[in-house]
Formats: sequence, C-alpha cells, structure tokens
Amino acid sequence: MLAQVLAVMIFVLMFGLIVSEKIERQWVSLGCGGLMLIVVFGICMRSGEAVRKTLNVGELATAGFWYAKGAAESASSGINWATILFIAGMMIMVEGMGKAGFFRWLCLRIAKAVRYRAIPILITFMLMSFVLSMFIDSITVILFLAAVTVELGELLNFSPVPVILAEVFCANLGGSSTMCGDPPNIIIGTALGYTFGDFVTNTGVLAAVSLLAILFYFYFCFRKMLGEKKGVQVKKEYPEPVSAIKNKKDFAMSCVIFGLAVILLVTHAMTGLTVASIGIGIAILTLLSAGREAAGLLKKVDYKTLLFFIGLFVVVGGLEETGILKRVADLIEMISGDNVYVMIGIVLWISAGASAFVDNIPFAATMIPVIRSLAQATGLDLSVLAWTLAMGTDVGGSATPIGASANVVGISIASQNGHMIGWKKYCKYLVPATIIVMLIGMAGIFVRYL
Amino acid sequence: MERQIILAVGREFGSAGHEAAEILAKRHGMMFLDHALLQNVAAEKNIDLNLLMQYDEKPKNHFLSRTVAGYTTALEEHVARIQFDYLKNLADKGKSFVVVGRCAEFVLKDHPAMLSVFVLGDKKTKCKRIMEKYDLSEEEALKMMKRKDASRRNYHNYYCDGKWGDSRNYDLCINGSKIGVEGIVEIIDHLIRQRMEQ
Repeated sequence: MLAQVLAVMIFVLMFGLIVSEKIERQWVSLGCGGLMLIVVFGICMRSGEAVRKTLNVGELATAGFWYAKGAAESASSGINWATILFIAGMMIMVEGMGKAGFFRWLCLRIAKAVRYRAIPILITFMLMSFVLSMFIDSITVILFLAAVTVELGELLNFSPVPVILAEVFCANLGGSSTMCGDPPNIIIGTALGYTFGDFVTNTGVLAAVSLLAILFYFYFCFRKMLGEKKGVQVKKEYPEPVSAIKNKKDFAMSCVIFGLAVILLVTHAMTGLTVASIGIGIAILTLLSAGREAAGLLKKVDYKTLLFFIGLFVVVGGLEETGILKRVADLIEMISGDNVYVMIGIVLWISAGASAFVDNIPFAATMIPVIRSLAQATGLDLSVLAWTLAMGTDVGGSATPIGASANVVGISIASQNGHMIGWKKYCKYLVPATIIVMLIGMAGIFVRYL
Repeated sequence: MERQIILAVGREFGSAGHEAAEILAKRHGMMFLDHALLQNVAAEKNIDLNLLMQYDEKPKNHFLSRTVAGYTTALEEHVARIQFDYLKNLADKGKSFVVVGRCAEFVLKDHPAMLSVFVLGDKKTKCKRIMEKYDLSEEEALKMMKRKDASRRNYHNYYCDGKWGDSRNYDLCINGSKIGVEGIVEIIDHLIRQRMEQ
C-alpha cells in the first residue's frame, strides 16, 4: 500500500513539475524515474526484479527486438526502447530532410501548383499536413508548413491563422492514422504488438473518413476569411520552389531515404524488420549520406525528448508494478458494468479530455496497462481498446492550444510573426472540429467492432 | 543630439518614473517608448494593437501555456519578445530613445549607449499619487499598486537574469518620494549630460 501511495505521489509530482515548466521536462521525468526506482522499487518493494523489468535493457539483446516475423508484443511495460530508437532514427532522417530543403520545396511546389490562391492553399496544405504527419513527427511538419504559410500570407495578403489552425488539426489527425505518426501510436503499437498495417486499416480508416468531414468543416469556417480580396492586383514575385533546395545531391538523397522509410514501415509486418531496426537503419543511411555533416545532424537530435521518454517509461512502469493501473482499470470496468459501449466511450472521451490538457505521451503510456487489464477482465478484443485509445489521445490533443506539440509549434510560429492565437480564437474552431472527429471515431468503432 | 543615448527607466507603480521619463525624452528630443512601442510594432507588422496591449508587460500563465522545443503558446512571451527585438533593432540602428519598462535595462545591457535607472518611492507617497491620478480610495490605490508591482516583478524576473528593482542591475536608483518628479528629472538629466560629454 505504501509503495502504491508513493508511486502515485511521484507520478503527480512529475505531472505538476512538467506543467509548471520550472525545470526542463527531461530532468523532471528522469528525476522522478530515479525516485521511483530507489524509493518505490528499492526501499518499499525491495524488488530487483521490478527494477530489471522496468529498465528493460535485456530486451535490446533479444533477436525479436530487431527482427520479428509478424508483430511481437513487448513483454514489459517498462522502458520502451523500440519507441526511443525509432523516434531517434526518424529525428535524424527529418533533420537531414529539413537541411536539404525538402519540406520548404514541397510547400512552395504545392502553392505554385494551386497558383498561389488562398483557399486552394488551405485545402492542399491540410492534405499535405495529414499525409506528412502519417510518417513524420507533427512538430517538424508544422514547423515548416506554418513558416511557409506565414510567408505566403504576407505575400498574398491573407491571414495565415486559419490555415495554420487547419494544418495543426490535420497534423494531429494524420498522426493518428499510422503507427509512426504520433508518439502515442508508436508506444501503443510496440507495447501491444500491432503493425503499421494494423493501424492503417483501423485508425487510418477512421482518420480518412474524419479528414473528409474536416475538409468541409474548415472550408466552411474559413472560406470568407480567405476569400479573394478585390482591389488593385499587384504583380508579385513568388518564391520559386527550386530556391528551397540548398544542395541537389542532398535533396535527392533525402527523398530516396524518406521513400525507403515509408516502404519499410508499410511492409514491416512482411519483412520482419521491427520499427527499432527501421529507425536505426534509416538513421545510419542518413548519416552516411550526410558525410562530413553527420556530426552536425547528430548534434541537432532532440536528446531532451528522448531522455524525457526514458524517465517517463520508468515512472509509468512504477505505477504498473505497484498495481495502481490495475486499480484504474477495475474502476473503469466497475463504472461501465458489462456494457462495452460505455467502456469504449469512457476510454475514448477520457483519453481525449485528458490529452486536451496534459501531454498525450505520458497519458498513452499510462493507459496501455489499463486497457490490457480491461481486455483481460472483460474479454473485449484488446485491439478495439487500442484503436480507441489511439484516436482519443491523438485527436483529443487538438482541442486546446496546449494539448499537442503541433498546436504549440503552430501557435508559436504564427505569434512570433505577430499573428496572435489565443485560447479563444483557437478553441472557437478546433473544439468543434475535435468533437466532430471524436463522434465519427466513436460511431466508427461502435459500427465496425461491436 | 550627436551621441547615441538609450535611457531605460524601470519604475514602481506610482513612483512618477514614467512621467519623469516622458519629460526627459521631450527635453532631449528623444523618441519615447512606453505603450507607444506597441503602437509602432502594430503599425509595422499590421497587427491589432488592442490584442498586443492585452498581453503587454504581463507574466506568462504557466497553467494555460505550454512550451515544446523552445516554442511556446504564451502570447505574453511573444509580445515581450517582439518588443525586445524592436528595441534591439532600434538600438543597433544608432537611434537615441527613452524606454519605460519592458526589461530594457536587461535586453540592452551590453549596448554602449545604455543608461539604466530604477525609480522607486515610499508607499505613502505612491499611494497618494495613485489616488489622485486614478481617482481611487486609499484601499483601492493600495490594491492597484500591489497588483501592478507584482505583475511587473513577475514579468521582469521571468525574462531577466537580475531581479526587478535590484540596485546592482541599474546605473542609478532613485527614491522619487523625497524629491518629486522635477528632482528625478534633474538627477537623470545630469547623468545624461555627463554621458554625452564623455
């Protein structure tokens, strides 16, 4: 009992410190992870086994970690090394792509293709945001998209705010459609043993249907704001897409590596390569192609996020080992009775609500053992709960400015350029959008799986 | 004026620091930047001034904002940074100006033309001044003074290494209650002239 109380206290302390931003979040999670190992596992439980399971280092030495035909479920809920290695690998690849000018080139190419008109830019940038976020982390996608949107807004005399809001939403939605689109999905996929294909054929279908609805929604919300301005037409100098390419060889290599990453991810269930192998392989290829600039790429990797993940997994491992998460699962089961519709509704809406205000990564990591217990206790297919959790955490974060990393980056880039996006403006458009997608997601899950 | 002078005036609410800064700017024909700084920014960047004013010199709300990889949703921080950049740009162009608040003594601390002053005051004198200026009761004036000073302190201490009002961070600290606005103006004026003659 004491171990449980202390584990919860450490967890709450971690969340509180992350929200307060007094200390950088990686030090918070690592510090709290250390506390969990020493105080809860060491002093209270005196369990070396719990420490070993949570640190999970042995997993790296198993063949199944690197190569597994089909999909392998992670044995432990401790540090999810597959997630960390995959994210690190993708970070290196994305750095290489950004440096070569890939994203800016793509944005300008599409803007040119729609002849620099605001509403077609809105629609095509939403689609681009969705598609890119299926494979690349949403922070990078929004970083480039929002910057080009601000530039085009100034050039074409339209407010970039509606377009950035729509891009942010679509980045989160696109992230929900694949295993590698959003960190919660990577964690869910690697922890529960689902493949890229499993995600695409489940959350991917829900996200695609939602995207259609959202394209109409944003079009009707923003068409007047972005409508053609009447007046004197000034001939403008539009930036040429080719101007974004800094080095043709690097650009070609980054396109090839990105294409290869997509192919490997789509086919990983057939090839047997795990996401950890793919991440490491792609990183090595990027570094080899970068030559002398490889060290520069390595320096730009966001180590803070990787360290944050490591600490986070330890803290969540503590909650699981002490049985706290089993209690949460029992509570959800008790509230929902035997009604699976209610259970799905609870998991979906609580995930969405929580992700709207707190980081969805710790939330998803915490909920995985909970849905595992729920599936065992009720007999409901675990995958149904996994898709529900993925939709809730990925899309729920769109509802508020602080719910997801993409929102923060989009708002920040707009605001840095004087286009302030406050809570009111943000929520006015994105809360209804989130509710629409959650309802579509819930209806889809009810109809297809129950 | 030949030599570039940048006068940064920090002030407690009700200390008459703002008024003194305005007089000095007029006397030396220097640009005066208080809320006007935001007007300039709004005009330059085509932004709604009221929106900027809403977040001016306010500390960031930790519970309603989030920072990811150096990017933040805190509009207070964006408004502050836009102003800091504006000040740096102006200073680099060689312009002389008087700026009130906005962490200017920290933002431009390494600039050779910089003179920084902090104006404080006795509680009683400041309260009397606030009561007269805003037509408030003593209780209301004290509340307002407390609220405004807390907000300025939090704002300043969030962006700057040194603490708000700490004498080590300024070239000169003056208690205006003893000498009035004219006295504050004359002391700072003396400092400016000395600097110009150097």
